[in-house]
Amino acid sequence: MDTITVSIKEKAGSFAENKDVARELRIKHIIPALKKNKTVVIDFSDVTGATQSFMHALISDTIRKFGEEVFDKLRFKNCSPLVKEVVTIVAEYMQEF
Amino acid sequence: MPIYALQNIIVLCRARFVVNTLDGNAIIMKVFLSYSDYLRNFEVFLRAFDPSESNKLIILTHDKWVNVHPVVLAIIAALGSKIGSENITIEKITATSGHYLSRMGLFKMLGKKSPYSIKEHEPAGRFIPITQIKSPEEQSQFVTEMIPLLHLKPNQADSIKYIVGELVRNVLEHARTKDGAFVAAQYYHHTNMVRLGICDAGVGIRKTINYSWHAPTDLDAIKLALTPGITGTTRREGGTGENVGAGLFFIKSMAMVARDYFVLYSGTGLYKLIKRDKRTKGFPRLHADPQDDKHSDTNDAPKFPGTVVGIDISLDQTSEFRVLLAAIRDVFIKAVRERKKARYKKPIFI
Repeated sequence: MDTITVSIKEKAGSFAENKDVARELRIKHIIPALKKNKTVVIDFSDVTGATQSFMHALISDTIRKFGEEVFDKLRFKNCSPLVKEVVTIVAEYMQEF
Repeated sequence: MPIYALQNIIVLCRARFVVNTLDGNAIIMKVFLSYSDYLRNFEVFLRAFDPSESNKLIILTHDKWVNVHPVVLAIIAALGSKIGSENITIEKITATSGHYLSRMGLFKMLGKKSPYSIKEHEPAGRFIPITQIKSPEEQSQFVTEMIPLLHLKPNQADSIKYIVGELVRNVLEHARTKDGAFVAAQYYHHTNMVRLGICDAGVGIRKTINYSWHAPTDLDAIKLALTPGITGTTRREGGTGENVGAGLFFIKSMAMVARDYFVLYSGTGLYKLIKRDKRTKGFPRLHADPQDDKHSDTNDAPKFPGTVVGIDISLDQTSEFRVLLAAIRDVFIKAVRERKKARYKKPIFI
């Protein structure tokens, strides 16, 4: 399985709130990898939490572009309970639209 | 004497307000800092407040005691940034608690010499002095550094970081002001609460919302901004890659659950979430429509050139922050679903 890993702590710090960073990760790493049919592991090691707007900027466009099937290719690793909840929020509402 | 001037004097006697007077060609704004300028009394603070055309600022204080919500300090800092230090006067302070203003960085932020000598790292201080944030990088640094300043435990920190992260980002992204956001906060031990104020002197919510929607008044715009899935960036359901219109709804809902005050003020619009009765047990019903929440509002507030958010965050309520987010998520998704359903094409039966 062809996989890339995107580390959040390295770019966004221990609390992920900078949407510019999220956007850059999405445009430069996540979407290009998905276009090549790679699996993208988003690693939240040592990230205690994230804002909804950060997570939206990180993954909403992938759902819009690739449909809900994108979740077959996205993996969320080492998530704190709070990060898990914020990922779930964005994943759920984006599938409503 | 004009009626409005008479009203100003009446408010002066109540010892908390801001008032404009004419002095030659200058329109002078006087800010009076009293002993109980909390969010509960926010409307009283705003009476006779008309900062929109002012070009001079005079700050007066109660003679015995000064005790203000950090949002008031953030407002003064934002207004001061537009007026410039040379046009600001701080009258002699006699209140014994006047040093609080110095500790909160008011003099420094306004470019004025403080009459107080304050130790930089006073151990009893659990506050964030007025801080100006002009870029996402400064925001990230602030979010990292503010928790040690408030001496909060890790499980208390996430909700504060979340709220500051969302609100400051709103300013940087939507307010269209080079001066950015002004933030101040104070922890209160006896109530185990953080009082937080964020203010900008930018374009205001109505201008931002009306990029994509039509809000006839500032209050209409505030209510749209508090509605799930409404963003000024686009009318498209699902928003853009960067915006979906969830931030303010989530924060208002957090305040609702925690029985905390939440004030959103922009232009002439003011929306204040009122504390739930402590006798009401259990998880409150969250509403997608801000009109359905117990609140006070007006579209007749003094016109503020920008946006003000004040919030009291009870730390007793935030241990299950994740659970709280999950509950808000359900309401958000239900609201999105219902709005989508309302737009379905209807079959025509003949």
